[in-house]
Amino acid sequence: MKLEKLSASTILRNGTIIDPVAEKQFKADVLIEDGRIAGIGGQINHEDAKSIDCSGLIITHGFCDLHVHFREPGREDKETLATGSRAALAGGFTRVCVMPNTDPPIDTPEAVANIIDKARELPVHIHPIGAVTHQQQGRQLTEMGSMRDSGSVAFSDDGLPITNGSVMRMALEYGGMLNVPVINHAEDIDLRNDGLMNEGAVSTRLGLPGNPAAAEINMVHRDLELARTTSTRLHVPHVSTAGAARLIGDLKKQHDGISAEVTPHHLFFNDEDLLGFDTNLKVAPPIRSEADRQGLITAIRQGVFECIATDHAPHTTEEKEGTFDLAPFGMIGLESCFGAVNRILVNENDLPLMELIKMLTVNPRNIMGFDNDLLTVGEAAELVVVDTGAEYEFSRAHIQSKSVNSPYLGRQLTGKIHYTISKGNLAVVQ
Amino acid sequence: MMLKNRHLLGLEGYPRADIAKIIDTAFRFREVLDRPVKKVPALQGQTIVNLFFENSTRTRISFELAQKRLSADTVNFSASSSSLKKGESFKDTAKNIEAMKIDAVVMRHPTPGAPWHLTRFVDAVIINAGDGTHEHPTQAILDMMSLQERFKRLKGLKIGIVGDILHSRVALSNIYGLITMGAEVTLCGPANLIPLHVGELGVQVNHNIDEVIEWADALNILRIQRERMGIGLIPSIREYRRLFGITSERLDRHQKEIVIMHPGPMNRGVEIDSQIADGDQAIILDQVLNGVASRMAILYLLMGGQETKPE
Repeated sequence: MKLEKLSASTILRNGTIIDPVAEKQFKADVLIEDGRIAGIGGQINHEDAKSIDCSGLIITHGFCDLHVHFREPGREDKETLATGSRAALAGGFTRVCVMPNTDPPIDTPEAVANIIDKARELPVHIHPIGAVTHQQQGRQLTEMGSMRDSGSVAFSDDGLPITNGSVMRMALEYGGMLNVPVINHAEDIDLRNDGLMNEGAVSTRLGLPGNPAAAEINMVHRDLELARTTSTRLHVPHVSTAGAARLIGDLKKQHDGISAEVTPHHLFFNDEDLLGFDTNLKVAPPIRSEADRQGLITAIRQGVFECIATDHAPHTTEEKEGTFDLAPFGMIGLESCFGAVNRILVNENDLPLMELIKMLTVNPRNIMGFDNDLLTVGEAAELVVVDTGAEYEFSRAHIQSKSVNSPYLGRQLTGKIHYTISKGNLAVVQ
Repeated sequence: MMLKNRHLLGLEGYPRADIAKIIDTAFRFREVLDRPVKKVPALQGQTIVNLFFENSTRTRISFELAQKRLSADTVNFSASSSSLKKGESFKDTAKNIEAMKIDAVVMRHPTPGAPWHLTRFVDAVIINAGDGTHEHPTQAILDMMSLQERFKRLKGLKIGIVGDILHSRVALSNIYGLITMGAEVTLCGPANLIPLHVGELGVQVNHNIDEVIEWADALNILRIQRERMGIGLIPSIREYRRLFGITSERLDRHQKEIVIMHPGPMNRGVEIDSQIADGDQAIILDQVLNGVASRMAILYLLMGGQETKPE
């Protein structure tokens, strides 16, 4: 990937624009001047403009990911805001929300401001998600109001579920007052016990302690019920079970404050892929059964999930080379995202491309209240140029993250990012 | 190579013909063990490391004895898993072994999958001597050899496995091996210690030990680990004995010929009574001797000791 400043004038020529707001698809050129959209139309002529041939390619909003871990501060050996930004650009993402489980966690207005400050000059938009409780310990609420004012767009204790229902209720009520979503890693930790993978026939075959689907379903049920009764905003992250997806679908009909995300890896893999003990597939919540995977795809068709989120979680090779019990949970996912979900959802399951694009663009932006008016003259250019038909084997060369813990290595993906345009920068991915 | 797979990692999917070949070879090595000079030069000049990340007495001694009977050079490496967690990585330990030009590694490790992991870093033949709650293939082979010795067949045998199936590598390897060899398996134990999805492995589950005794040709009694008490998995030893214990009163009631096996170490008075363990129906000490013969066969077949046939 080559990252350069956008020329004063750039024309994206002969591409097909997908406008996920108007839900329209049309052929047009896009003129970008000084980092802003200066014109969209057929055959734009501009003598000094740098021309980028986009024949056969799709041009749409830059992708937006509500769930990434950039590890700064504390574990800069795994990822930094800068290296994470490059991984985002390589995946077509121009906007990401970073989780607060850093060291120390993002649990004060000052810590939020620090992220905002460090991200200012970086080539993608980075929005901090603040911790719900002090030190993510699940007891005392953080200064959520001040943190919101400093730039925190949502609140979550991330990998640590808020086990105390009363604390979760207070967090939802307080977040509701501030009109920000609260995100709870939905696992009943007692039921999860020491589970390392999905409980099922495969965990039995591998002798690995299982994490039952009920661990997620229980917690999601509690959170949905609390959000409904308090009329507040809940965003359910990385749903992995068909059971939780059904509950979310049902509760959404009763309360419109609920949104939910699904990761590419819960759509791409099933627990049989763990038969070789690949620690890169050790994630939380775990990769589930084929029935769950199919249930998630069905739920997407039914509109249960607004968005795809990667849960990009870099870990060092040293850590992932440990035995299955010691290797940390998580995989990177930004670079492989589009190729994975496009293959599974559009190619293999006939989801309209427009629907997938919405799940990567307008829908996540709507959840966080980000600007969606991106294909309008005068707006800062935040675009991605994609070849949706390209089939290729995902390899180390596609990874820009500081870490390489990807189970997609060696897998066939469909859909390649060619260019990502963000904050006056042009990332030439291909 | 005399076996299809280069390593012996587990019995899941292991070829039936190779299990049969190992058992046949083991019987021939059993004869060697009955000779006055119990040693053959089959693996002379080959070096084997016994890499034990978890305490083990009988499995390690059994392997060591098998190696010495085959004239291999052996090195023992014991490391508690806790020291590994603190310092040297698994990869470094493996790389060190690799650097020392070892022909085979026999590994016991507390984590499921560790031997598979080792194959990524080490070019030697790898034999799994137990990986956590996953597999213990050599135990299952010696169990099957002992059954075959007694019944002259495995196909159609009815085997009950009794105890904590959920945490047992012996149970899982026995299930894979026995099903492959055409035996029928019924698991018996507390419902919370039998994996919910175990039926997909082709076994039956019956929580009534008396029905299992009536049905089975042989029972493989698993050790009930005392550390499992007190964390709610087993209400009490008294309760366990009443529901699942192989007591003399219980067997007396049934008046039935049944072979009793135990992989050891036994908790006498918990899962099995002394009278039963030491009685005529038990083949527990045959299992121990067959363990040496089985491991000789496995090492011999995997390490290609062609020069000297065991006869």
